[in-house]
Amino acid sequence: MIRGRILTLIAALVALIVLMPLIWMVAVSFMAPGEAAQFPPPLFPARPTLVNYRTLFENYGVGRFLANSLLVSSLATILALLFVVPAGYAFAKLRFSGRDAVFQALVALLVVPGQIGMLPLYLELKAMGLVNSYAGALVPWLAGIFGIFLVRQFCLSIPTELLEAARVDGASEGVILRRIVLPTLKPVLITLALFVFLGSWNDFMWPLIVLADQHLYTLPVALAALSREHVQDDELMMAGSVVTTLPVLILFLALQRHYLDGLLAGSVKG
Amino acid sequence: MRLSQTGQEARAGWVMTGPALAAIGLFFVIPALASLLLSFTDFDIYSLADLRNLRFIGLENYARLIGNPLFWQAMANTMWFVIIGVPLLVAVSLLAALLVNAKTLRWRPVWRVALFAPFVTTLVATAVVWNYLLHTRYGLINYALGKIGVAPVDWLGNPRTALPAILLFVTWKTFGYNMVIFLAALQTVPKDLEDAARVDGANFWMRFRHVTLPAIAPTILLVSILTVAGMFQLFAEPYVMTQGGPAGATVTVLYFMFDEGFKWWNLGSGSAVAFILFLCILVVTLVQLRVARKAGAI
Repeated sequence: MIRGRILTLIAALVALIVLMPLIWMVAVSFMAPGEAAQFPPPLFPARPTLVNYRTLFENYGVGRFLANSLLVSSLATILALLFVVPAGYAFAKLRFSGRDAVFQALVALLVVPGQIGMLPLYLELKAMGLVNSYAGALVPWLAGIFGIFLVRQFCLSIPTELLEAARVDGASEGVILRRIVLPTLKPVLITLALFVFLGSWNDFMWPLIVLADQHLYTLPVALAALSREHVQDDELMMAGSVVTTLPVLILFLALQRHYLDGLLAGSVKG
Repeated sequence: MRLSQTGQEARAGWVMTGPALAAIGLFFVIPALASLLLSFTDFDIYSLADLRNLRFIGLENYARLIGNPLFWQAMANTMWFVIIGVPLLVAVSLLAALLVNAKTLRWRPVWRVALFAPFVTTLVATAVVWNYLLHTRYGLINYALGKIGVAPVDWLGNPRTALPAILLFVTWKTFGYNMVIFLAALQTVPKDLEDAARVDGANFWMRFRHVTLPAIAPTILLVSILTVAGMFQLFAEPYVMTQGGPAGATVTVLYFMFDEGFKWWNLGSGSAVAFILFLCILVVTLVQLRVARKAGAI
């Protein structure tokens, strides 16, 4: 009993230390300009103000970057689902020659980090006229090998008799995918959508490379650029960090079970 | 009937996998292979303007990199992250998992989510936050250290402390991910074995050493392989926090590749860096697998 209380106290203390940077970020974002640069560093705003958020949206066009991020992440999610889900299902359940060999090749590709091909990919997209466009930022999300694994893993548990019965009834493969398979995939679809949305929202290196025009910047790229110009403006930068990271943090908290289940399916079982 | 159905199924198989395979080929496999080819050329800003300026130069890019001190500094910094950072991250994650997994602990799901939260935050945003936490005069970290009598440290401005400061941030940002994997592995530790050890009077350390550790050894291997790959891919952290400074003290291999490619437009040389990075990840992972096999973990 007492052991349990001590452990709980330790866990609470560790959690507080781990969450401190995030708590501090939110607190400072509500401070008046210059308030955070004091000693000792204040933990809470003396008089909470929204002035930093107003400056961000009115003077630095953060609304535009927020819209860019929402657009790129939503499109990345939809496109990734369209490309990945039929493929994952087919690798699990459809018999076609070469299937296992192709799948083995995909397994081998997992050890190749995406950054290896970044320079040629840039040249390739430049030739296709996609550099400096939203489409260019979306491209890597179409080639999601991890998503194919996740969906395949899940589809393996669908009973083959169910599909055979539908085939005997004359249903085409496309109809089977839409009517019979998709409804059972709901949990893994949410997980995959969450992974891609969060991943593309948080992505930095590729958008930094492929998006040159400022009006196309996603939030992380814009925030990195702003932070280089506004080193002294703690409060403004904390407001920018809140705008950048709070949407995904809330999304994660709302759907955490789906996220954590997917993470485990992808790493431990996969 | 049976034959045409098989034909239909096979056709559907290729139709459904086709778009994804095409995308993987076009945007992943071809660029990765092209990276190797490009590394044997002098592709630079002149070739970018006119492909006729492109020349095949064999291994010259690699030779030039070997003679470039900044490249070696980037390699040394990255290896520092691998050698110091991987064991640190594995240890911290495992400790956190053991804490959250403790049977007598209350509200376990709450702690699990709280400790995992930093992993899903936007890296650039939290890197900016840590810049201020690490501030010499007004940062919370120096304030807390001051409480126990440590003089203020210029974390990101001093070449000796900049790497450890970034590693501290990376640990905070990513340990939750490993922790969740360890938590799942801890569920598979045989309960009766642990109870038997407890009855026999084995203390926490003995139970951990002889019951828990053997059961989760494959997971430790998996986590360290994933962490090695992660450490080799550090880029945004130095880009946001130190811009590679002070004096190149925090330039990572990927940061060096980015500068070669997109700051100086030496795409040939940058591709050589990318390929060396890939080889490094491959070699370290193979070494880990071999060590694990010798130790009987897999």
